[in-house]
Amino acid sequence: MTTSVVKTGPVPAYDYKIVRQFTIMSVVWGIVGMGVGVLIAAQLAWPALNDLFQPFTHFGRLRPLHTNAVIFAFGGSVLFATSYYVVQRTCQTPLWGGWLVPFTFWGWQVVIVAAAITLPMGLTSSKEYAELEWPIDILIALIWVAYALVFFGTIAKRRTSHIYVANWFFGAYIITIAFLHIVNNLAIPVYPFKSYSLFAGTTDAMIQWWYGHNAVGFFLTAAFLGIMYYFVPKQAGRPVYSYQLSIVHFWALISIYVWAGGHHLHYSALPDWTQSLAMIMSVILLAPSWGGMINGIMTLSGAWHKLRTDPTLRFLVVSLSFYGMSTFEGPMMSIKTVNALSHNTDWTVGHVHSGALGWVAMISIGALYHLVPVLFGRKQMYSVKLINAHFWLATVGTVLYIAAMWVNGITQGLMWRAFNADGTLTYSFVESVIASYPGYIVRFIGGAFFLFGMLLMAYNVFRTVTEKENAASEDNIVPHAQTA
Amino acid sequence: MSTFWSIWVIVLTLANLALVIWVLFANRKVAVDDQQEPGNQTTGHVYDGIEEYDNPLPRWWFLLFVGTLVFSALYLVVYPGMGNFKGVVGWSSVGELEASQEKAREKFDESFGKYVEMPIEQIADNRDALKMGARIFANNCSVCHGADGGGNYGFPNLTDDAWLYGGTPEAILETLHKGRQGMMPAQGPIIGEDGVKNVTEYVLAMNGLEHNADMATQGKQVFGTVCMACHGMDGKGNQAIGAPNLTDNIWLYGSSREQIQHTVRGGRSNVMPAQKDKLREDKIRLVAAYVYSLSRQQETAQ
Repeated sequence: MTTSVVKTGPVPAYDYKIVRQFTIMSVVWGIVGMGVGVLIAAQLAWPALNDLFQPFTHFGRLRPLHTNAVIFAFGGSVLFATSYYVVQRTCQTPLWGGWLVPFTFWGWQVVIVAAAITLPMGLTSSKEYAELEWPIDILIALIWVAYALVFFGTIAKRRTSHIYVANWFFGAYIITIAFLHIVNNLAIPVYPFKSYSLFAGTTDAMIQWWYGHNAVGFFLTAAFLGIMYYFVPKQAGRPVYSYQLSIVHFWALISIYVWAGGHHLHYSALPDWTQSLAMIMSVILLAPSWGGMINGIMTLSGAWHKLRTDPTLRFLVVSLSFYGMSTFEGPMMSIKTVNALSHNTDWTVGHVHSGALGWVAMISIGALYHLVPVLFGRKQMYSVKLINAHFWLATVGTVLYIAAMWVNGITQGLMWRAFNADGTLTYSFVESVIASYPGYIVRFIGGAFFLFGMLLMAYNVFRTVTEKENAASEDNIVPHAQTA
Repeated sequence: MSTFWSIWVIVLTLANLALVIWVLFANRKVAVDDQQEPGNQTTGHVYDGIEEYDNPLPRWWFLLFVGTLVFSALYLVVYPGMGNFKGVVGWSSVGELEASQEKAREKFDESFGKYVEMPIEQIADNRDALKMGARIFANNCSVCHGADGGGNYGFPNLTDDAWLYGGTPEAILETLHKGRQGMMPAQGPIIGEDGVKNVTEYVLAMNGLEHNADMATQGKQVFGTVCMACHGMDGKGNQAIGAPNLTDNIWLYGSSREQIQHTVRGGRSNVMPAQKDKLREDKIRLVAAYVYSLSRQQETAQ
């Protein structure tokens, strides 16, 4: 550290209470969301499990509960925790916003509980990843505005001259998600929990996938790159590889991503020009996406040996490998001829999970293992061995999951398009279901591995938080004095 | 798309791509002079202990980026994408669909065409034709009627010799062409709850199932005044209107007391969708022959 842009004074007392709250709830919601995921994976392999408590445990009702729980409850809590933590520390100032700060926490928990009640009851707007009905949508919008005020208010009173790159990504995600959420959920309410979309037909589909793909692009990519830009250099103790690369890939990523949603509607009633634009913008996205991976992985140059001893860093780096893989896969699948094979198959499910498990969950887990000791004033996590076990469970689980879905997806795609010499289809649909059966079992096993890792994490976090012998010392990465 | 929106799309697309290209090329050269410590200079910023190198963009990454931009530019020239501009090869998804349909039609004329004129009985004797019929059945009919044609709850079994609308080639063809609308009217409001229960016992009795004899006797009277209009005095049904035989112990909606009461009380309605606008005539005949052969297998076995 040769120079510093800190202007004046000692390190302020950061607001860690909110970060602690969201950190703990990340672990809780992670287990709930992935638990439901393992259950619905089992339902696809053994359909009798749909009947546990009909109609509430039917796959059709639990599937949106799973996606909402892992994306918005688990992922959302991780993002609140990390963005509040990172924005304070890189701006050298406590959070701005007063009561708005706890409002984002308690409001978000109300949203999650409301989702967990209404979705199994079958109350849904039927828009994928935006299933929640209008009263909950309004609450989300209010929370999001509060979140934006807190975040940008904190940026505004920063005591550093520049804004760190992690905050660019967090800022872009907060602004864009506000637009996406509000526009896609515009609807005419008819009852307290029933509404009809303001848009119709193909327009509705396009708005939905503009939302859907950018929920991936901004919620699950840009925001988690924000996590990457803080926690990877911090955990590795190395400078970020390239500032130029940050600038180029940031602007390219956020401006191109919003065009790409149409690739979910290839070969549909969407006009040809919209499909083409969505495809080329998706292809252009490859390099900007990889920019983040390069900046993360190359940050480790000179510190590769740390991977041998630090499983937290390993989580962060392996998540970047999965990120690179799924951001190659994504543009490839958006090419219309590839999409003709992959669309509606399990390949899509595998692609989503190589991003969701491999990238989003693994970088979150790495960040949480970094955060917990700091937030609770501990030297380190209760057990590094358990982190290591978690790492292998998560990695093997993810690989089993995505490999099973690749095999299933390509099998399904090829079976569906196979013709006999006489022009009839070679396979009936049910034959492709039978062919997918082994893959569904492997997918269930992979998911169970991942969930089991999360349970180890919960135990590890619990022991770290509750045991006093593990108090922080001087060699902690972040001095205890800085904890509020 | 009106000219305004076309220009709107083109301007937005080009402006965004131009911005990306500008950012890419403007950051090609490293801002800070690296002469003194090449490749390892930081920008001078420190955030919570994190520094940033100002390494140049990796060359392979830069070329990859330029490559995707060049590909996209070419794609937008060749294919539709820039507003109303159709692309130089004139490709459209509708055009591609129509071309492949035309190709398929020619192929089908070759493989299926000869069955348009052939009588169903004759098709059903032809092994190759039956194979094709079975595949068409698997792809179009098995969702409801089961992969083996054995039916499901609410969807008739096609392999037995019990027919709602008749099992002759002509009847099967008519079912396939025009579809069928099965309609059992709700009797609850007409015969009352006692009537429903009594008739149910009578229906059970006609099938030799466990029943209450007293109630069945009363039910027989109700049956004789109301139900017989469609199902016939003897309960053997009427294929002309699709009224099922109620004496053969074959059930579309289940044979339990509760299920039969439910059927009588609330009625049933069911639809076999018409296929004549979905499948070609020769394909319909192949399926008809296959279905015809399914029921005949049963006969031969007996």
